[in-house]
Amino acid sequence: MENYFLDAQDLSKTFPAPKGGESLTVFENASFGINKGEFICIIGHSGCGKSTILNVLAGLDEASSGTVLMDGREVAGPSLDRGVVFQNYSLLPWISTLRNITFAVRARWPSWSKEQVLEHSMKYIDMVGLGGAENRKPSQLSGGMRQRVSIARAFAIEPKLLLMDEPFGALDALTRGIIQEELMKIWEQTNQTVFMITHDVDEAILLADRILLMTNGPYARIAESVVVDIPRHRERTDIIHHPNYYPIRNHLVEFLVKRSKELSNPELRAGQEQRESMKRVYPPDVNPATDMVEGDEQVIKLEKHKA
Amino acid sequence: MLSSLNVRAALLSVVILIVTLGVWEIANQPPEVKEAKTEYEMLMGGSAPHARVPNPSEIGTLALAELSDPFYDKGPNDKGIGLQLLYSIKRVMSGYFLAALIAIPIGFMIGMSPLMHKALDPFIQVLKPISPLAWMPLALFILKDSEVSSVFVIFICSIWPMLINTAFGVGSVKKDWINIARTHELSKLRTAVMVILPAAAPTILTGMRISIGIAWLVIVAAEMLVGGTGIGYYVWNEWNNLDLTAVIFSILMIGIVGMVLDLLLAKATKMVQYVE
Repeated sequence: MENYFLDAQDLSKTFPAPKGGESLTVFENASFGINKGEFICIIGHSGCGKSTILNVLAGLDEASSGTVLMDGREVAGPSLDRGVVFQNYSLLPWISTLRNITFAVRARWPSWSKEQVLEHSMKYIDMVGLGGAENRKPSQLSGGMRQRVSIARAFAIEPKLLLMDEPFGALDALTRGIIQEELMKIWEQTNQTVFMITHDVDEAILLADRILLMTNGPYARIAESVVVDIPRHRERTDIIHHPNYYPIRNHLVEFLVKRSKELSNPELRAGQEQRESMKRVYPPDVNPATDMVEGDEQVIKLEKHKA
Repeated sequence: MLSSLNVRAALLSVVILIVTLGVWEIANQPPEVKEAKTEYEMLMGGSAPHARVPNPSEIGTLALAELSDPFYDKGPNDKGIGLQLLYSIKRVMSGYFLAALIAIPIGFMIGMSPLMHKALDPFIQVLKPISPLAWMPLALFILKDSEVSSVFVIFICSIWPMLINTAFGVGSVKKDWINIARTHELSKLRTAVMVILPAAAPTILTGMRISIGIAWLVIVAAEMLVGGTGIGYYVWNEWNNLDLTAVIFSILMIGIVGMVLDLLLAKATKMVQYVE
């Protein structure tokens, strides 16, 4: 068995039954691994539990069953080792941009001097191109600038794992494109391990090394891990001409439009015994660029995974 | 445009004031004296057959006289209006800050802990609607001092809005902000100071603003009951003297001080206000 840097094993989330109702299992048997330095995106329809998985990784939420290991140690509760970028930026509105970052840096390295904290924070503010805006309150910044602050804060604490929950979901397309490129640049400089939720297929292809695909909830599963076989450094204008781009894109779109629903068919759901045998079964790596086979065969592949 | 609106509003206010006072002054003239006053009438201070609400001009004259020497002290029944107001303000402040000292920590606790919230809620719900003056006899009996009792009455009336607003403000701090504290491994104390307090501050200050308003309302009534000093006592004392001019003047002063207290708290609220 591979030793992943981050190892999520058989996660499931079940909400207890409301009065007179049935309990709701959002996802189950979610196992996946992330290697150090990898950029992983996860895609799935709303309600499949992506955010819950991210919160479990962050330690903000607890899975109903299953464990998460990071660096061989179990994740129990939030930690500065895992930085989180939320969709709604989550900046403290009563303090300035700079102080939003210095408080995090000070929390990470309590023994640092004031100058050290300031210098380190300014480095990351400059890195996201916000030099000069550091004394402004978050409310005086645009949505794109706020998300940059949030990204700067997450990178500034140099976490072992960076978790991003649809970081660009609330931004307009132009701003999103610019920040995606900035994020990629910073990621290439820092070699940060990233786990990111997105709804945007093109964004996932641009940023990710691998893309995890989730079937629809309830009883969602992680069906495949799609390898993005496009060399770095990627430019958004260039990658669309790469021969692997459209096979990957088509595969993702087809999954989202058709297969994510088909695979969530209750009849395909594994029984109790079968699930026992599925313990720590990781989703198969799929490389749409090289495995350009008929759609049917891919489904068979998944059946194999299920069995 | 805005400044011209302000100017126009100010002008209108002045017009309303002048018209009201003018109508009051003209409609409230003493009846004409037809015959010369008798010795007796002169001794009794005029010839008016009925007691009359004083005119604005009379009140103005008294106000000028009082305000030119607000802090004189000529014995228990003759003190300057400024001195009386200071007595009241001192009582209000003592009771009010004592209440804040207790209400804000307890409010914090209630806001943070659903258990405490549920456990303390019945007590709050029963104690809150009690008129603060209803406590007065009990306070006088237990505390055996009218001064301390009136401070207690202020304390008990200003504690509830602060307590409830603090609990609400603390309880409704956005989960995202708490999550920031959690992912940055802030200690409980640092979370309270760095995240919860500033997040809840506007709500807490709003509670404090409501409280100071209520405290100022109640102190007048409390001082009418306990007597001795203070603006409430002053009003009642002037009523007993049948000096309606002084009564109206002190009513006006009560309003002005109340407004200033409210403005101060409004300023403080503005200072901790933040835009999301």
